[in-house]
Amino acid sequence: MKRRTLLNTTVALTLSAALAGPALAQETLKIGAVGPKTGPLAGGAAVTHWPNIELWSTEVNERGGIDVDGTKYMVEIIEYDDQTNPSETISAVTRLATQDEADFILAPYSTGLNLAAAPIFDRFGYPQVTSTASTDRVGELSDQFPNLFFLLGQNSEIVGDAVEILTELREAGDIGNRVAMVNVADAFGIELAASAKPIFEEAGFELVYETSYPLGTPDLSPVMKSAKDSEPDAFVAWSYPPDTFGLTEQAVIEELDVGVFYTAVATAFPAYKQRFGAAAEGVMGIGGVNAESESFQDYAARHMEVTGQAPDYWASGMMYASLQILEQAITGAGTIDRDTVTQYIKDNSFDTVMGTIEFDENNNNPAYWTVGQWQGDAFRGVASTGREGAVDPILKDGWE
Amino acid sequence: MDILITGLFLGGTYALIAMGLNLQYGIARIMNLANGEMIVVGGFSAFWLYSSAQVSPLLTVFLVAPVAFLLNWLIYWIMLRPLVKRAKSRGQLEVDAILATFGLAFVSVGIMLAVFGGDYFSYSYLARPIRLLGDTYALNRATAFLAAVLICAAIYLWLNYSRPGMSIRAIAVSPESARLVGIDVPKLAALTFALGGAVTATGGALISMFFTLDASTGVIFTLKALVIVIMGGVGDVRGTIVAALLLGVLETFVAAVIDPGLTLAAAYLLFIVILLFRPQGLFGRRGT
Repeated sequence: MKRRTLLNTTVALTLSAALAGPALAQETLKIGAVGPKTGPLAGGAAVTHWPNIELWSTEVNERGGIDVDGTKYMVEIIEYDDQTNPSETISAVTRLATQDEADFILAPYSTGLNLAAAPIFDRFGYPQVTSTASTDRVGELSDQFPNLFFLLGQNSEIVGDAVEILTELREAGDIGNRVAMVNVADAFGIELAASAKPIFEEAGFELVYETSYPLGTPDLSPVMKSAKDSEPDAFVAWSYPPDTFGLTEQAVIEELDVGVFYTAVATAFPAYKQRFGAAAEGVMGIGGVNAESESFQDYAARHMEVTGQAPDYWASGMMYASLQILEQAITGAGTIDRDTVTQYIKDNSFDTVMGTIEFDENNNNPAYWTVGQWQGDAFRGVASTGREGAVDPILKDGWE
Repeated sequence: MDILITGLFLGGTYALIAMGLNLQYGIARIMNLANGEMIVVGGFSAFWLYSSAQVSPLLTVFLVAPVAFLLNWLIYWIMLRPLVKRAKSRGQLEVDAILATFGLAFVSVGIMLAVFGGDYFSYSYLARPIRLLGDTYALNRATAFLAAVLICAAIYLWLNYSRPGMSIRAIAVSPESARLVGIDVPKLAALTFALGGAVTATGGALISMFFTLDASTGVIFTLKALVIVIMGGVGDVRGTIVAALLLGVLETFVAAVIDPGLTLAAAYLLFIVILLFRPQGLFGRRGT
């Protein structure tokens, strides 16, 4: 335990030294960053979480720092790997608050790790602006932890909008009402499948195949074969990254003939398009962005330039928006006093790469993308709870 | 039939994952917990060469194998040989090797993170359907199965019919007596360990055609390999092959006929049953 902490510190110090660059005798803000660099969620964090922190800190320091009541503060990032382990997230956040005395701490990655750390952020009075947490317990949580903010949206809306898209396509006569639904047997997949089932049934869809599979299943071909045998009009998977790729590959091999093919997390990753190329056209998934908006295009270009990789089309933009919100709130409040900054986040609206964001009385961002679809070279939003720029969904037409 | 073939293909994949560990643990007597990381290294090489230069993973194998052989040979001489030398008993060596390679696994993950980054590396190669006996299968899985058959057959023949192979089997049975009949135990143990590493990395390059890997996925493969090696019987090539195929067919059968959610439970049930009735593994010898 001792040794690991020591190792982490060394890693963190080296990284922060590398990131802080030529910070001389200036005012600096210590910003803590916690997230998976190893463990099951490391792959997702490497797409969505860490590159945005690198981009944001680089940009802030290049323009001379954050303006706090006339004084410029450079930012110094202190990074910790939580190994996708909630207890490590908790100890890293505690360490940042007590030993590193960080001025602010960025929200961790993923729903589970954010919720695990919420009591610690609350106890030490840090605002926690989450961009990768999705839950239906927003009201209850923000009562309990008044510093906790949600950008990414609620599961029930994400599921509801997906069903709504299917309903629209059915009413237009494009697809029938046979749905094959599978989910990964993990908190996320189980929750979404459980909330989707009654909504599908209420909307008059027939669930012709329904199953779950364990996380890390090495061969999904039995799942896809059974799904295909049930002759569905639409295939919906509440899936995680490795199985999102696996299910799509099996669908290509089985030549699954459906009007709607929906996989959840990682469908919006650039790696998805890279891997499946033209076969990705028409695939739906969680998320989406307004790919035509100037602010997103500009953000994507800077992301590419600074980090050498493209942002994803779901949470990446929200992650960057969470950093913009923090920065604008510090400048707007004109102080680094955390309570004042938190209050400022609650009371004001923010101009971000995802558009204007204003939190409601539950500290929730009410306007976000719920369903996206690969159309051409981008994963475009087709449904949202009040964002501009949605495009019309298209039917999945083969895998060539 | 469909289930049987899909299951055999999956079993072939498992054999690729586990064969290297069987050589390393069964013969060189090193319980290598960094086995999964070697798979990821092989997979990453294939990904990198394919996405940067369009080199087929099937060709990459010929590059990965010798490099991994050398790397593992160095690991053995630098890191593991001193443990073997000072170990007074097999038990002590086992504990030392587990601790050392556990650490090696962490170090490897760290190095891979620094070199590859933490992103998923996945690409599409031979992800086309082929028709066999009226059903469709993935061409890349069929190819990996074929490669597994070739590799396993080569190892089996080499161990049973070549002179170094027989010496190696002598070490597996009894390292002390092997020395008495003039076998250079340290040299052959190093050779076997390196060979095991090469097979593992080759397997990694092959399975990366259809698995989505990232720098920290290695541990999943280590666990699977461990289960298969123990089930099959430590140090026996046939055991690993049979156990891998058995596991593949069972998992596919359960997924197709009962419920995909129960595959893991079924796999571990099989593991328990085998351990209850044949604690030494399917082909294992009593008392080793």
